[in-house]
Order: sequence, then C-alpha cells, then structure tokens
Amino acid sequence: MKKENYSDLGETIKSDDSDFQFASEVKKRSGTDFNMCYHCWCCTGGCPFSHAMDYTPNGIIRLVQFGLKRKALESSTIWLCVGCNTCSTVCPMRIDMSAIMDTMRQMALEEGISVAEPDILNFHKEVLHSIEHYGRTHKLEIMLRYKIRKRDWFSDMDVGLKMLAKRKLDLMPSKVNDIGEIRKFFTDVKHKT
Amino acid sequence: MDNHKNSLTDISYFPGCSLATSAKENNLSLLNLCRRLGFNPVELDDWNCCGSSSAHSIRSELADDLAARNLFLAPAGRPLLVACPSCMLRLRHMYIHLRDDEAARGYYEDKWNRSFDPNLNILHFFELLPEANLPNLAKDREHSLNGIRFVPYYGCMLARPPVMSREKNYYGLMEKILSSLGAEPLLWGYASRCCGTFLSVARPDVVRPMVNNIALGAKETGADCIVTACAMCHLNLEIRCDLREPVPIFHFSELLSLALGEDDHKGWFSRHIVDPEPLLRSKGLI
Ligand code: SF4
Ligand code: SF4
Repeated sequence: MKKENYSDLGETIKSDDSDFQFASEVKKRSGTDFNMCYHCWCCTGGCPFSHAMDYTPNGIIRLVQFGLKRKALESSTIWLCVGCNTCSTVCPMRIDMSAIMDTMRQMALEEGISVAEPDILNFHKEVLHSIEHYGRTHKLEIMLRYKIRKRDWFSDMDVGLKMLAKRKLDLMPSKVNDIGEIRKFFTDVKHKT
Repeated sequence: MDNHKNSLTDISYFPGCSLATSAKENNLSLLNLCRRLGFNPVELDDWNCCGSSSAHSIRSELADDLAARNLFLAPAGRPLLVACPSCMLRLRHMYIHLRDDEAARGYYEDKWNRSFDPNLNILHFFELLPEANLPNLAKDREHSLNGIRFVPYYGCMLARPPVMSREKNYYGLMEKILSSLGAEPLLWGYASRCCGTFLSVARPDVVRPMVNNIALGAKETGADCIVTACAMCHLNLEIRCDLREPVPIFHFSELLSLALGEDDHKGWFSRHIVDPEPLLRSKGLI
C-alpha cells in the first residue's frame, strides 16, 4: 500500500523484467509521448490522490519507461486516478496523464492482470451496465448492484437513506428511446483509425 | 414573462444524468435563469449519458461513441448548452476530435446517416453570463445577496487535458458575477481541489478526509457557504463531509436565481442534505 520512492522505485531494477514493447505500446495507444517527462514531480504534487496510491503518477511513467509492465499494470495508481486532469494542467511538458492511465487500465483488463482496486472496477462496470440498459445512468440501481457485488449492505446505509429522503435517488430510470443504438456500442466490433 | 416568450432565443440543452435526477434543484434553477437571460433551452432529443468517468476509464471507444451520439443529435445552427462540467469536457473533447479527424467523422456519418455540425458551439452555462447585465436584472442591486460570504469551488472544472489547454477558462467567474450581485467572495486554497468523484462510492475512506479538509478550509476562511457549479461536487461535498457543523453548499445557479428574485426556491433548498435555510434566513434572503 505504501508508496515507493520513484527515483529508485524502492528496489533494484532487473532488466530481464523489462518489456520494451510496453513503452511503445502505451505511447501509441495513449497518443502521449511520456518520454518528454523529466520527473519534475509537479503532477504528483498536484494530484489529490497521490497519498493513497502505491506509485506516484510520475512513478508510473518511470515504470513504463523502464518497461516494468507488470508492476505498472498491477499498481493501485492506475485505478485511483480519477482523470481529473489536475496534473496535466500543471505539467510543464503537457503530458496527458489521464490518457496514459486510461490506456494502462484497459491494458491491465485485456491482459487479465489482477486488479489492485476491485471495488473501483466494479463501480465502473455497474455504471456501464446502467448505460447499456437505459442509455443513461440510474444511480439507485448502480448503488444497489454495486452493493450486491461487494456483499456489503451496511456501510453507507445512512448516506443512501438521506439521499432517498431528499429524493436524490430516483426510483425509476430515465431512459433513451432508441436504446438499440446504445446497445450496439456495446456489441459492435471496433473499427477506428 | 409570457409576453417575452417570442423573443427568447432557442438553444439546445444537454442536462446530463446528474441534473436530470439527483440534482433536479440545480436543473430547475438553471432553466429559470436561462429564460431570464433571454434563452429558451430545448432539451436535446433523446440524449444519452456522456459516458461519465467510467466509460473512458475502462472502454475508451465506448466513451467516444456515447459522446459522439449526442453531438450528432444536436440540430445544426444552434448552440448546445451543457449543464454539467464533466459532461461538457467529454462532449467538447469529442467535438474537437470529430472536427479535426475526417475519418472519425465519416465513420459515424455512415453509421447513423446523420450529419455533424463542425461549427457546433458547445457552451457551458457560464458563457451565457458575462453578456447579460445581471445587476440590472436583479431586483435590488448591491443588496440582493446581502453580503453573504462565500468561497468559490470549481473542483476540476478548470483543469483540462492538454489538447484543450487553450480553451476558454472560467477562473474567477463565480466571484465576479456573485460579487456584482452583492455577495462577498473570499480567497482560499481549495477552489480547484477535486471532490473525489466516483471514489466517493468505491473509496469513501479516501474521499472523506479530503472533503472534510475542503469544508474546514471554508470555515477557516470565515465563509458562510461554498458555491459550486458542478452537481457531482455538490453531492460529494454534502454526503462525504462528517464534520459536526457542516458548511452549506449552494449550486451557483441557486444563488444567482435567488439574487434575480426567483421565488420557486422552496423546492430547491429542501433537497439539500446540509440545510442552507437557516443561513439564508439569517441573511434575510428568504
Ligand atoms: S509534471 Fe509532467 S514532466 Fe513533471 S513529472 Fe509529471 S508528467 Fe513528468
Ligand atoms: S488525473 Fe489522475 S494522476 Fe492526474 S491529478 Fe487527477 S487523479 Fe491524479
């Protein structure tokens, strides 16, 4: 859980662990040249969640530069990043950290790597499930299904009840009429340039 | 008001999931305001979720599809008003991509047999304000917000990915507008601190102390309240603060409407989790 210092990543780096394809793949998919990063740490200083991450945001870039694929994809950092862009806004090299994190999360899923923050992944899945069914997010159902997956009924009960009492959780979903169009997004095999 | 109906300019309106549901109070006050400012918001027909954080987090192409569908539904020649800052970011980001990438545009044109307006003007609600002469519209200038002391909370709405770094920035707008209506803005260090977004659900242990710090920061500054323009920030600041005396949080549009003398606020304030009415009463605002 505790953050390792990026500068030596808290351990000896063994080059046999390196996957040199990894860096170019992340670069291509994210459309971001992270080799411009000179590790000034501004991103980490600005990131509201860096204290909860195992590697700092620029530490993740370091791992990618070293080709340490497994460590990067197993990190909690890629899941705790919410894509708020605070880091990119202060980055002197205009590095799109949020795009890098999106890419790595998706690579971790594709490669079946164990997810450091399963609750966060489950939440995303429930949101997408709701969009697939209604075309919009139905908060109450997302929360209930998330709770079922987590098998945790009691934490946050007070918050949920307050939200219900204040009519902040609609009982019925708001729906898109042409839901077929939305469902196709989920089933279509992708194209793309 | 009714006799002005004809002179209102139609604009397309994308409410987004938060405003359509949990933040109805924000939606209503926003729609009222638009009409006061001379616009008639017409809800975008059959709009869908912008994809929120989850789509781009785990399925980038799905995020593109969801944002693109909304853009292709927007009638040409009319600006598209977006209420939620994070929907705004998703839609504008995709708009830039479609505008600049012919192949991507062509893909969707073929798929839906609809067209994309390359000149589509996607507006945040903030952009309607500087043009309007708000103090003139307010009932009683100067005193309308009676010196209520607020700290502006922008959350991540001022932060953008690098491709959008040259877009308009709204920093200072809430301070400028609300002070022209008699409120007193205070400086503080948390104006653009993230509210925690979805981590509020999956990692409340991480978000709670952050939100408490934001609320404490407001108190230390001597503010009566926090003002935010984002429905998700509003919700997170309300549900994750567990201080004994929490700070009331207003939607920017609520205070604006109040200053402009809208009187249908009963329904809005009762939906807040941190009751703002004692404060408003003490300031003689309701
Ligand atoms: S702010 Fe930019 S250049 Fe500096 S460490 Fe972070 S990513 Fe690298
Ligand atoms: S985008 Fe991610 S890494 Fe950057 S500041 Fe936000 S949470 Fe931190």
